[in-house]
Amino acid sequence: MSKHRGDLAIQASGLIKTFGKTKAVRGIDLEVPAGTVYGVLGPNGAGKTTAVRMLATLLRPDGGEATVFGHDIVREADAVRGKVSLTGQYASIDEDLTGTENLVLLGRLLGHRKPGARKRAAELLEAFGLTEAADRQVKNYSGGMRRRIDIAASIIKTPELLFLDEPTTGLDPRSRNQVWDIVRIIVAQGTTVLLTTQYLDEADQLASRIAVIDQGRVIADGTPGELKSSVGAGSVHVRLRDAAQRPEAERVLVRTLGTDVTLEPEPVALTARISGEESGRGAAEQASRALHELAAAGITVDDFSLGQPSLDEVFLALTDHTANPTDEEVAA
Amino acid sequence: MTTATPEKETAPSVAYVPTAEGLGAVLASGEQPPRPSAWSASVTFGWRAMLKIKHVPDQLFDVTAFPIMMTLMFTYLFGGALAGSTGEYLQFLLPGILVMSIVMITMYTGVGVNTDIEKGVFDRFRTLPIWRPSALVGALLGDVCRYLIGSTVILTLGLILGFRPEGGLTGVLLGVALLVAFSFAFSWIWTMFGLFLKSEKSVMGVSMLVLFPMTFLSNVFVNPETMPGWLQAFVDVNPIAHLVAAVRSLMAGTPDGGEILWTLISGGVILAIFGTLTMRLYNRK
Ligand SMILES: Nc1ncnc2c1ncn2[C@@H]1O[C@H](COP(=O)(O)OP(=O)(O)OP(=O)(O)O)[C@@H](O)[C@H]1O
Ligand SMILES: [Mg+2]
Repeated sequence: MSKHRGDLAIQASGLIKTFGKTKAVRGIDLEVPAGTVYGVLGPNGAGKTTAVRMLATLLRPDGGEATVFGHDIVREADAVRGKVSLTGQYASIDEDLTGTENLVLLGRLLGHRKPGARKRAAELLEAFGLTEAADRQVKNYSGGMRRRIDIAASIIKTPELLFLDEPTTGLDPRSRNQVWDIVRIIVAQGTTVLLTTQYLDEADQLASRIAVIDQGRVIADGTPGELKSSVGAGSVHVRLRDAAQRPEAERVLVRTLGTDVTLEPEPVALTARISGEESGRGAAEQASRALHELAAAGITVDDFSLGQPSLDEVFLALTDHTANPTDEEVAA
Repeated sequence: MTTATPEKETAPSVAYVPTAEGLGAVLASGEQPPRPSAWSASVTFGWRAMLKIKHVPDQLFDVTAFPIMMTLMFTYLFGGALAGSTGEYLQFLLPGILVMSIVMITMYTGVGVNTDIEKGVFDRFRTLPIWRPSALVGALLGDVCRYLIGSTVILTLGLILGFRPEGGLTGVLLGVALLVAFSFAFSWIWTMFGLFLKSEKSVMGVSMLVLFPMTFLSNVFVNPETMPGWLQAFVDVNPIAHLVAAVRSLMAGTPDGGEILWTLISGGVILAIFGTLTMRLYNRK
């Protein structure tokens, strides 16, 4: 499968989808390199599911174009279907049937004969730790088991591109970790994964590139590292012994770091961002200089921590900039 | 559902750790077999419908209790009044009641399609590289089984009550075959509504609105000659009335070629129109 490395699994430009008056997707461009995990990150209603459904040939775009491994998603939909699998946000398996029956059904639809389909189902159930639950109806599965059977159903035939729409929403931490491990193994075998998520740490953990979407548009994209450095290198969190010294501490921090300083609700705490590029110095070096200056100014620091910028901050920073109330009204 | 809860708690997911060897090996061996034919994909979906009957047998309630109720109710309600005796009336009524009940239960096709879509399982089917109509054709093949079960129930009850078809076994089987073939075609009306309407409730509502006039304003209960002219005109063009006449003639051992032809043609036209509309909606959804 390494033949696709370096190629593009998905290339989309200006995809648009409108439902009545709701502009669900208003011009999305994506370039997903083959053989990687690509994260699509966005809040509720951002248009993630709609975008995925268009790329998986379930919805016809109202505008724009996209190809999957070079095949047009509208004109060559059948060729695209031969290469992709979708694990939808809402269970895309039959809850009335058992785990085995679901996998055998799909195996048959992919062209296996009955014995082949049964063998494949048993292998998959084993690999996903579902052998004991094989003959139970899926509606009696726990949330984590349901996700696993859903993913298993997507790889009966190893797809070249796998869409996972919010694969860990609603799962407990252990089940979430299982899904993450599964995704890592799948991508290590050469399958490209497009994963949508609302969780920033999930995109950070799994994806080598991320597109942040909001209100149907891509508002930023890049590696997790690039996105973080676009916001800053991190932040210093400082707790003082004496609340009366806070105004002075704020002045010192603004002078040494040259960035915004936030006064926390707690009267003794304040947080300063550290800019990444400008000074050319590392975050730790800048932070230690700031501490030094605080001590020199006679300010007692009780506690101190250096925080990595989280994708949360990235996301808030990005959506703040692009928030557009008039668009919101049109969409509503 | 209470019995299922303790099972959930003891689920073995606790112990599960995905391994690169196990999962990797499964992924490496997942090659693509040749694509299934249109027929084989449809039959596989038919098998799914059978499995659903196995797991959710309540759905057979619609094809058993409802027809039994209809047969008993109308035989004894109208039997004495219309024909003087229930035994005589039954010879006329039973084929009509059979048609009416089976045509009525076609509407569950639309409800089934609608709930499948709600649940997202159709999303997976629609991303498979298979003959596109096969999911719907398969669902309808499953429904054909339900129609056969319903027909058996009604005919058995009829025989118990005193229905003695002159056409014998052959006549009855041919009648049922024609009815089932027509119902298969007719069901595409409901697949269209199932795809088109938002909720299960609205599918039910529309189905009733269409089915009540089509089945009652017909020759199921009485000979249309007693009806006012405008109503006779409607009955004349009502495909259900022609189906009833055709089935009645087959079961009575006096096949009416004209009515049978009318039925086959109207079934074909319905299939062509609503099958096309359904597939157009299905592809665009
Ligand atoms: N079939 C539909 N009909 C009408 N509106 C729709 C339809 N599907 C989605 N929308 C609307 O389009 C917008 C984007 O929805 P979408 O499901 O793509 O968002 P999402 O990013 O997947 O959100 P979530 O995180 O909640 O899953 C929403 O405003 C939604 O209400
Ligand atoms: Mg979604």
